[in-house]
Amino acid sequence: MNKVFSKDHEWVTVEGDVATIGITNHAQEQLGDVVFIELPKIGAQVVCDASIAVVESVKAASEIFVPVSGEIVAINTELSGDPALVNRDAEGEAWFFKVKLSKPDELSKLMDKSAYDKFVG
Amino acid sequence: MNEILQRTPLYEAHKALGAKLVPFAGYEMPVQYPTGVMVEHNWTRQNAGLFDVSHMGQCFIVGPDFETTSRAMEKLVPADIAGLAPHQQRYSQLLNEDGGVLDDLMITRAAYKNYEGWLYVVVNASRKEADYAHFEKHLPECLKLQKGEDLALLALQGPRAVEVLTKFVPAVSDLKFMHYAALDIEGIAAHVTRSGYTGEDGFELSVFAKDAVRLWNLLMADVLVRPIGLGARDSLRLEAGLCLYGHELDESTSPNEAGLMWSIAKKRRETGGFIGAARVQKELAQGVLRKRVGIRPDGRAPARDGTEIQNTDGHKIGVITSGGFGPTVNGPIAIGYVETAFSDVGTKVNLIVRGQALPAQIIKLPFIPNNFKR
Repeated sequence: MNKVFSKDHEWVTVEGDVATIGITNHAQEQLGDVVFIELPKIGAQVVCDASIAVVESVKAASEIFVPVSGEIVAINTELSGDPALVNRDAEGEAWFFKVKLSKPDELSKLMDKSAYDKFVG
Repeated sequence: MNEILQRTPLYEAHKALGAKLVPFAGYEMPVQYPTGVMVEHNWTRQNAGLFDVSHMGQCFIVGPDFETTSRAMEKLVPADIAGLAPHQQRYSQLLNEDGGVLDDLMITRAAYKNYEGWLYVVVNASRKEADYAHFEKHLPECLKLQKGEDLALLALQGPRAVEVLTKFVPAVSDLKFMHYAALDIEGIAAHVTRSGYTGEDGFELSVFAKDAVRLWNLLMADVLVRPIGLGARDSLRLEAGLCLYGHELDESTSPNEAGLMWSIAKKRRETGGFIGAARVQKELAQGVLRKRVGIRPDGRAPARDGTEIQNTDGHKIGVITSGGFGPTVNGPIAIGYVETAFSDVGTKVNLIVRGQALPAQIIKLPFIPNNFKR
């Protein structure tokens, strides 16, 4: 499945019933130098649009909202030792967490790339 | 609310450099340039960073002679102004009747020829209107306030700032820390002090607004110089342990609590005679209930302005007033106020960040050694 995007600037890819989620390159540019990331715990049940992670840049703290519901099945531990990975490769290596989807229908309200590009204009 | 933002004479220069411009104290100011806060911060610590600080309030307190002007100014600030040597600069505060800080400011006895009765004063952008009203209310009739609204202010900061300026004016290397000189830089009349807000050696250059772009371009032409935004200005001053008005200082906070007694000479502590002296002298005699301290979180998570500080028993003992990430320290750092009993260096505290108690320690300010040219 192609990458889709939320209005809160997360990207989502799906394999089977597991979504991989990170923040967009646009979001990374807006945040500036990332210095700390707080991730959810594996096994946590999360609901769509809840704030479940925090990105701290030199300037400020920003909440990360999960754009789908389900269970956290993996987190990217690379980010705790190297939070600046988000600045280098936001939409690749710097994924945040994987969610086993409980409501796959929620994906339908996310934007494709061209819609997201228009959204951030 | 649609606020009309003011622009400094360097607004177009910032835009051309790709700066991200944000509203700050009523001005549209560069918060960062394309390389970002971290790179700008590190550049200033290693080379020379150029800041547009033209939003700050520059003014003159004008009297018939230095004796008259300094005596009048000493009624408004606790610093030793009468004792300023020609060309010397001091840091001080404007206090209210209750001894709270209305603003902090830099006061210079420029001793410029035919201007012997003038003091050059720089105040915070966010406070300048209130400060000017305060001056006009409290200065005696023989003195007047002259606003420097036709002036711009540039700061060149960092260990190699002196090397950059020396190329234009060799004599600048002899200028002492917290001293002033009137210099000619390629035909631009620049009023220069060796001071700043980064913990590094450096200069602040006051010029007429019409000359600001030319001076900026002259300095920017040097490969040692890069433009630095307000984001790095904040992380640099935080590491240097310096107060920011509205954070560490406000109208309820005394210079005693803020740890600024070094800026009040012994003679003035004893004799008083300035607005707010009663509280300053009382707290000198009896001590303070809370103190400004440096705080180093044990982990990697920054604790921001407003974060509650608890003792290890879970009782609130204070609050963080500035907090973030220190690029040179390479970790989170903060400044805050704690009850005096918990202010000793090495005291263990907890910071309540997103509902979790993060362990931290009280440390001695500054976070990095000052690199001033004494």
